[in-house]
Amino acid sequence: MLRFTLRRIFQIIPTVVVVALLIFVIFSVVPGTFAASLFADGKRAADPQMIARLNEEFGLNKPLIERFTTYVTDLAQFDLGTSFRTRQPVIDLINDRMWASLQLAIAAMVFALVVGVPLGFLAALRPGSVLDTVTMIGAVSGLSMPQFWLGLLMMYLFALQLNWLPSFGYGDGSFRNLILPAVTLGVTPLALLARTTRAGVLDVLNADFIRTAHSKGMSEAKVVRWHVARNVLVLIVTTVGLQFGSLIGQAVVIEKLFAWPGIGSLLVDSVAIRDIPVVQGTILVIVLWFLVINTAVDLIYAAIDPRIKQE
Amino acid sequence: MLKTLTLAAMLSLGVASGALAAGERQGGTLVFTAPYGSSFATLDVQASPNTQEEFITQAIHRALYSWDSIQNKPVLELADSEDVSEDGTVHTYHLRKNAVFHNGKPLTADDFIYSYKRIANPKNAFPGASFIANIKGADDYIVGKADEISGLKKIDDNTLEITYTGPINPGFPLMQNTTVIYPSNVEDESSFGKSPVGLGAFTFKEHVPGSQVVVEKFDKYYEEGKPYLDRINIVLMAEDAARDVAFRNKEIDVSILGPTQYQAYQGEDALKGQLLEVAEVYTRNIGFNPAFEPFKDKRVRQAINHAINAPLIIERLVKNKAYPASGWLPISSPAFDKDKPAYAFDPEKAKALLAEAGYADGFEFEVTASPNESWGVPIVEAILPMLKKVGITVKPKPVESSALGEAVTTNNFQAFIWSNLSGPDPLNALRCYHSKTAQSACNYTSYASAEFDKLYDAAQQERDPAKQNDLLRQANNIVQDDAPVWFFNYNKAVMAYQPWIHGLVPNATELAVQPYDEIWIDETAPDSRK
Repeated sequence: MLRFTLRRIFQIIPTVVVVALLIFVIFSVVPGTFAASLFADGKRAADPQMIARLNEEFGLNKPLIERFTTYVTDLAQFDLGTSFRTRQPVIDLINDRMWASLQLAIAAMVFALVVGVPLGFLAALRPGSVLDTVTMIGAVSGLSMPQFWLGLLMMYLFALQLNWLPSFGYGDGSFRNLILPAVTLGVTPLALLARTTRAGVLDVLNADFIRTAHSKGMSEAKVVRWHVARNVLVLIVTTVGLQFGSLIGQAVVIEKLFAWPGIGSLLVDSVAIRDIPVVQGTILVIVLWFLVINTAVDLIYAAIDPRIKQE
Repeated sequence: MLKTLTLAAMLSLGVASGALAAGERQGGTLVFTAPYGSSFATLDVQASPNTQEEFITQAIHRALYSWDSIQNKPVLELADSEDVSEDGTVHTYHLRKNAVFHNGKPLTADDFIYSYKRIANPKNAFPGASFIANIKGADDYIVGKADEISGLKKIDDNTLEITYTGPINPGFPLMQNTTVIYPSNVEDESSFGKSPVGLGAFTFKEHVPGSQVVVEKFDKYYEEGKPYLDRINIVLMAEDAARDVAFRNKEIDVSILGPTQYQAYQGEDALKGQLLEVAEVYTRNIGFNPAFEPFKDKRVRQAINHAINAPLIIERLVKNKAYPASGWLPISSPAFDKDKPAYAFDPEKAKALLAEAGYADGFEFEVTASPNESWGVPIVEAILPMLKKVGITVKPKPVESSALGEAVTTNNFQAFIWSNLSGPDPLNALRCYHSKTAQSACNYTSYASAEFDKLYDAAQQERDPAKQNDLLRQANNIVQDDAPVWFFNYNKAVMAYQPWIHGLVPNATELAVQPYDEIWIDETAPDSRK
């Protein structure tokens, strides 16, 4: 198990290196600079001296290869650089926002799990029933509905019409502020989990060993608990892992809409003003998060299904 | 038109501050929105040129001058009076004796010298350095050739003498967000970005990155009886649609409106009386690059101005959230010429002008444009059929906002569409059309006119404000006749406010930025605000 764990962890390193290089190259060639972005809203006249001073301060007038060397050297020392805009270390900016992003992603995933998996199970146990039909229509709608639009609908309904919840913001970090953005973000993984669970359960229910269990006189409840649930678990863990890993990236739109102070909104703002160190650092953290979650999922596979460890 | 606008502004003001006579109420919490992004770049506002940080500045800091929205001009803020030398270059300021920083330090001349040196320090590359450059000797200091700014002189603790490079109105450069005064007794300058200390009516309480800044009433503020509010939550809300819901749900007290919301709010009885409008100091335009052959000819540029029906676009696309532009200087500028008519929509005249210029068969050009709904690709798409009718083919070249800035300041365009600062100081606004102003600075259309330069130079030397404005008015009319740009519109900024809010002002420099120390909340506010 230790070798398996170490191997999976070491596999993260080349992926991170490739991603870091790609980010650097992409943001070195896209048009627009941080200095130019300061005048982009037209609210002040361009100041060539200031542009020159900023480009010099941030090393933007150095050759690409020199900037690349500095970037890689810093990265190797776990230094994500300094923000052009705030002049603070990028790692501090990410730290300030990371907890809010994690809160949102965890809450969305919990919501998706708690609602999606039981719905998928029940729909599969009663295929063709009203519950099954409603669940699948809901799942398709959840997958196809744009999150921004869904978020607005939730705001109108739960904040404006019913006045149950605040429509925006982090507030003092209370649970009430978290509900609307988390539910909006959780709808897509919920729909996916419900569909995946239903398909997985139906598949297992038709397997030979289920028929054998039934013919041995085992009760329906025991069959579901001992055989169906355990066999579907790998599928659910896979879906949860993939979705959970990508939730922080997906949260960009939700964070903007609900004025939620996560790293998604930090990324969007930083791209717009070409604050390249923050863009690079934030994307790297999102990718790292995805990889860590996937590695964790692989390790969980090994724990719940010994066949995977043997392979 | 100017009179009408001023009246409208005053009426709006009357609505916003109608209950002033009844007595301002002390206490309460204002929930104010900062709509220009999802974060504050820094709390060290001297380092930031962004509008977003001005929301913090208004609460926590003060500069030597401030903008008076009612008088529409800069006024002394941190000095009780000033003496000006015969030639207008030396100003002696008698500083406020009752002004105290939030850390308890009384304001002295040392704080000004410290702050202006910090802003101009070549190691800092702060945006306000260009404003400090108006002080004699600052240029040398900015490039590291001098250890002091020679134009700054402390007479005593309460008297400061500043020598400027010319007879300018120092109110404009020294009222800026980036030229506020910091205390000179703070050893660790990095603390300005984490726990700001200023002279403003509110002290810094808390910053939740990406969410809000909270400030609280400063009991030793120098204005007697102010501020009225106990606390302000300055919340970050970049999304229009989300702001709309929050405003209707009474979670926020003010909201800046876009064109669509403006139209919707005007149609609702409960909201249409709660709008504050002002003509801001931005001119939306399409700039023509004279390096592109057809744009060398003035008649071609004039033809484009005649060929586009700007009022129609303003009505249909911008939902009347703008005023049609006649020239460069906006309606709220003291040098605006209300008698000078705008280019009339006249396609036949446009065709005739094109034929005279040798372009009877038209030509094709590219407009670099950002996605902005009021001055970007949608507007270019709207003018496309209009120019097609006179034989001109327009091709939009969509770019991101920061790429637009880069393309324009590096002269890499045939034409661009942008919104540019055109006030409040007409002298500074028209500087962008002086032939000595670099293209990369703000003379984006490489404009050069000897006649204009002569008038502008005369205005620069003129000390009588009325005569100066008259010269600038003439200079502005020359720019209009030469049409280096298509004059589209002047922005009409609109702010919706809750009925319990009073003291808002029609700030033409940026309506979203309000003097918090003037604002108060009446008894009808929800309990969460009282």
